[in-house]
Amino acid sequence: MAEQTTATTPEALSDAANLEMLKRERRANNAWHKLTRNKMAVVGLIIVAFMVFLAIFAPLISPYDPNSTDMSNMFAAPGQAGHLFGTDSYGRDLLSRIIYGARISIFIAIGGTIVGAIVGVLLGLVAGFFGGAIDSIIMRIMDGMMAFPFILLALILMTILGQGTQNVIIAIGVANVPNFARVVRGQVHVVKNEEYCNAERVIGASPARILFKHIFANAMSPVIVYFTLNIASAIISEAALSFLGLGVQPPTASWGAILSEGKSTLQTAPHIATISGIFILLTVLGFNLLGDGIRDVFDPKQKR
Amino acid sequence: MAKTIIRRALQTIPVLLVVVTFTFVLTRMIPGDPAVIMLGPQASPDAIETMREKMGLNEPMLQQYVNYVLGVLQGDFGYSYSYNGAVMPIILSRLPSTLMITITGLVLAILVGIPIGVESAVKQNTAFDYIFMVLALVGVSMPIFWLGLMLVLTFSVNLGWLPVMGMGNIAKGAWDVISHMILPCLCLATIPAATFARITRSSMLESINADYVKALRSRGIKESVVIWKHAFKNALPPIVTVLGIQLAGAFAGAILTETIFSWPGLGTLIVNAVNGRDYALIQGVVLFSAVVFVFVNLIVDIVYMLINPKVSYEGGAR
Repeated sequence: MAEQTTATTPEALSDAANLEMLKRERRANNAWHKLTRNKMAVVGLIIVAFMVFLAIFAPLISPYDPNSTDMSNMFAAPGQAGHLFGTDSYGRDLLSRIIYGARISIFIAIGGTIVGAIVGVLLGLVAGFFGGAIDSIIMRIMDGMMAFPFILLALILMTILGQGTQNVIIAIGVANVPNFARVVRGQVHVVKNEEYCNAERVIGASPARILFKHIFANAMSPVIVYFTLNIASAIISEAALSFLGLGVQPPTASWGAILSEGKSTLQTAPHIATISGIFILLTVLGFNLLGDGIRDVFDPKQKR
Repeated sequence: MAKTIIRRALQTIPVLLVVVTFTFVLTRMIPGDPAVIMLGPQASPDAIETMREKMGLNEPMLQQYVNYVLGVLQGDFGYSYSYNGAVMPIILSRLPSTLMITITGLVLAILVGIPIGVESAVKQNTAFDYIFMVLALVGVSMPIFWLGLMLVLTFSVNLGWLPVMGMGNIAKGAWDVISHMILPCLCLATIPAATFARITRSSMLESINADYVKALRSRGIKESVVIWKHAFKNALPPIVTVLGIQLAGAFAGAILTETIFSWPGLGTLIVNAVNGRDYALIQGVVLFSAVVFVFVNLIVDIVYMLINPKVSYEGGAR
């Protein structure tokens, strides 16, 4: 796919200059190099890497325990009393809560996207590959699901499932299924009539082999793009659910939960809502930039 | 053309059926006994049993489903216990205030986003282009509820210019209502404006470099005519698609925006219904918004076909 380089091997070339040219060409065609040449994508990658770093090493980086309260130090402004981002209504260190919040928010966003991707990709593959009645049934159900505003569907699912990290992942995942199904189905339609699929059919390959070995592999690039962009919107979804009081359970720190607490103390301690929102914004921006960058690598025609 | 439109319209029937079924199944899955919630925890078992009977909850699930579908077809969305009234009139009474801010917000977004997109395309790779595209990128990455809170913080808490809660009273003059509308509308307009700016720019870049634009320019036609009358017209289809998506998705934004500004519309209605476990009301608002979505989509697709006859709807494009 994207890693494809010229067919000639370096050994076949005696000339050193040719070898150098070949190397350069390989680099130019390498997906990673294409991505890192795009300045915006690199910015996105740095932001995402930073946030993931915070999430993974939260216990090592946090200056305080995110849940330890300090009633003598409530609503400390940023920079006061050794709290870089200040404290919240229980005197908990906001910086530590935000670092741990990265863990929960990114975990939920990626988890929810994976759930949606697995189910959606399978449905999209089946619908696109078999067509006919199966396709109609699956896609009408997807259309029906898409008719519910995303946040409303997630809201109802949370009411059914009850609060909690795992349930947020399920709710976001289910609400994401139709989008993935559509993306994959559209791509399968393009791929399934390609020459190599017909060739497989001629030599008598089983439908399963064609579907999973060839169509799946070649329909993946838009899914990867959509997956990355979807993490961005899943971060917002998590925050929205927590903001409406239907997300993770307190005292768990997720960015949405912190922002929701900040809403009620907007007048007395505006730093809580402001800072937590900035982290959400930055992370979403990071995933969006990265997703756009990956799209440009896979599909240079669509460059914006 | 008429045939394609009819075929597209017929596609909505199975979708609507799925929507109704989904709404029914989802609301039945919400834990708790609607009769108990309606009567309160102190109610006697007898009273609960009578209420269950009255609400039709003792009938087989399939029968309940059939009754529900038949009711919906006649415009009967059930009875809300927390508002003490039929669901449909409650929804219709809240609808205008939601439309007021969503439509104003969307119009604002179009008026700001599209010209910025066109200008950015015309001035590609200039400072104007860079600044606005970075702003647009930040705009599409922004959580709407955070934006709302920041607007409140800036214009109400810090500057004290605008009110935060409710929708004002028309008896106190038009300004009272308008001043209450400004922040919710700004909140709802920002993200769509950023989206419009981005899609307009990329679509315009394509049409601006087409041969017919060069031909028009070489004939000495005024630049503004070339851009707005010809290039823009050809850049329109993807913009209409995005407009449709924004229009249909406006309700999602309204849920969060209304919550922040205590705006008495459908958004606050559904949040209250969820918090109060008012099953009939949840069911009603969910179904209503989904049905509106389906019809908005239908209209957008028809408009799309009319402005872009190349599109065929064999099995649904998009």
